Amino acid sequence: MRYSGLKVLTEGLFGNKGWKPAWRDPAPKAEYDAIVIGGGGHGLSTAYYLAKNHKLTNVAVLEKGYLGGGNVGRNTTIVRANYFLPGNQEFYSHSLKLWEGLEAELNYNVMHSQRGLINLFHSDGQRDAFARRGNAMVTLGDDAVLLDREGVRELLPWLDFEQTRFPIYGGLLHPRGGTARHDAVAWGYARAGDRRGVDLIQNCEVTGIDIEGGRVVGVQTTRGAIRAKKVGIVVAGRSSQVAAMAGMRLPIESHVLQAFVTEGLKPVIDHVISFGMGHFYISQSDKGGLVFGGDLDFYASYAARGNLPMVEHVMEAGMTLMPMIGRARVLRSWGGIMDMSPDGSPIIDKTHVEGLYLDCGWNYGGFKAVPASGWCMAHLMATDQPHDVARRFRLDRFRTGHLLDEEGTGSQHNLH
Amino acid sequence: MRLTCPLCGDRDRREFHYYGSDAYLDRPAEGAAPAAWDDYLHNRDNPAGLTKDLWYHEQGCAQWLVVTRNTVTHEVSAVELVAGRAGA
Repeated sequence: MRYSGLKVLTEGLFGNKGWKPAWRDPAPKAEYDAIVIGGGGHGLSTAYYLAKNHKLTNVAVLEKGYLGGGNVGRNTTIVRANYFLPGNQEFYSHSLKLWEGLEAELNYNVMHSQRGLINLFHSDGQRDAFARRGNAMVTLGDDAVLLDREGVRELLPWLDFEQTRFPIYGGLLHPRGGTARHDAVAWGYARAGDRRGVDLIQNCEVTGIDIEGGRVVGVQTTRGAIRAKKVGIVVAGRSSQVAAMAGMRLPIESHVLQAFVTEGLKPVIDHVISFGMGHFYISQSDKGGLVFGGDLDFYASYAARGNLPMVEHVMEAGMTLMPMIGRARVLRSWGGIMDMSPDGSPIIDKTHVEGLYLDCGWNYGGFKAVPASGWCMAHLMATDQPHDVARRFRLDRFRTGHLLDEEGTGSQHNLH
Repeated sequence: MRLTCPLCGDRDRREFHYYGSDAYLDRPAEGAAPAAWDDYLHNRDNPAGLTKDLWYHEQGCAQWLVVTRNTVTHEVSAVELVAGRAGA
């Protein structure tokens, strides 16, 4: 069923009785050409591009819970391409271009809103660094505008510009940055993959990876054994556990990151604003809730909930930056499990097992990467060659020293 | 989360700085192969469940501690001094 304005209109006229489930609920087959472990954003987009770009349609996505129930179902939905390092830059630039065509591509409204992202700076040195970053973005063909204090004041007059600790000097505006509806991205890829023949198998936990003579031959699951010559591990915060089934010990430590949503308010924040010095960023959802977050809790955790000191820190940073939000009531908060890599950049690579591929290490920046991660992982799985824009996301770069440390904070998991 | 420091007693989490897995105490021997250093610096067991990790009592006694805790429930079962252990 193709979605369209006309379809919505006619269904509305006839009691909405004609809608059908967005995807099938198939039983697992005995064998597939390729298996993707993990039905989150990255896994679903990997399966979609395997089918679309590489004509591999005998593909299964195995999800232990329900589709899109992890980080893609709860995040702060920021989409941007404002990276600096070669290796990251071209990847996120590619991802943003895919975002810009995603709704037509998937025939699904992912509510991609390019409302502009503003990174604030608070010193001369930081302004120079942001000017350099902006130039790098423009050189690559993306967009960036360096705003001085008055330029920021024109767009965001309600910020506290004269705060004593971090007075606002200006901001780097990335006009094509913005947000998208997180669930819709997962559902859109799921539905589009299903339409191309991908089997989306839920409540199917992988419990083992079968390897014979150094080659992957299939997986063991709670719904029986499934054979496949190609298997991709795309499981974010649980990467260490699944990779351990293939005898691997990954450069990943799982950390908890919290975020918060207020009650719905009238439109007040038009952009995505990041206040890096205060570890705070904020946007307003289409429902009106202020969506904001801060830093990691800074200790390894799978608890999917954080501790109060970081809650306090985030609220303080928000009040420092924009005292006007002080009366907004926080409705809910949550903690997501982040697969932190030592340099803060991801891994899309082969493993020591032939036919077994790895897509992980997205830290807290995985949402904007969903389209390009799937695009590149599908390319890797189908052709056995890294995609050009993901060629530096290597598993062995920590050993060889080819780090992608965007923040320059050092090679340790909790520093990014 | 609160940690019971062996020297200072029950203290707020904010007094402590998290460093990482206690595997940091198993430093490769002098002359170890580069692969051993790579494994030591970057790779982690990253367990979902019981873990032992290193915390520094920054705003207390300035001792390094090995904390045994559950990464799924945040329950803390033991806090011991690193001082006196092998690798310390």
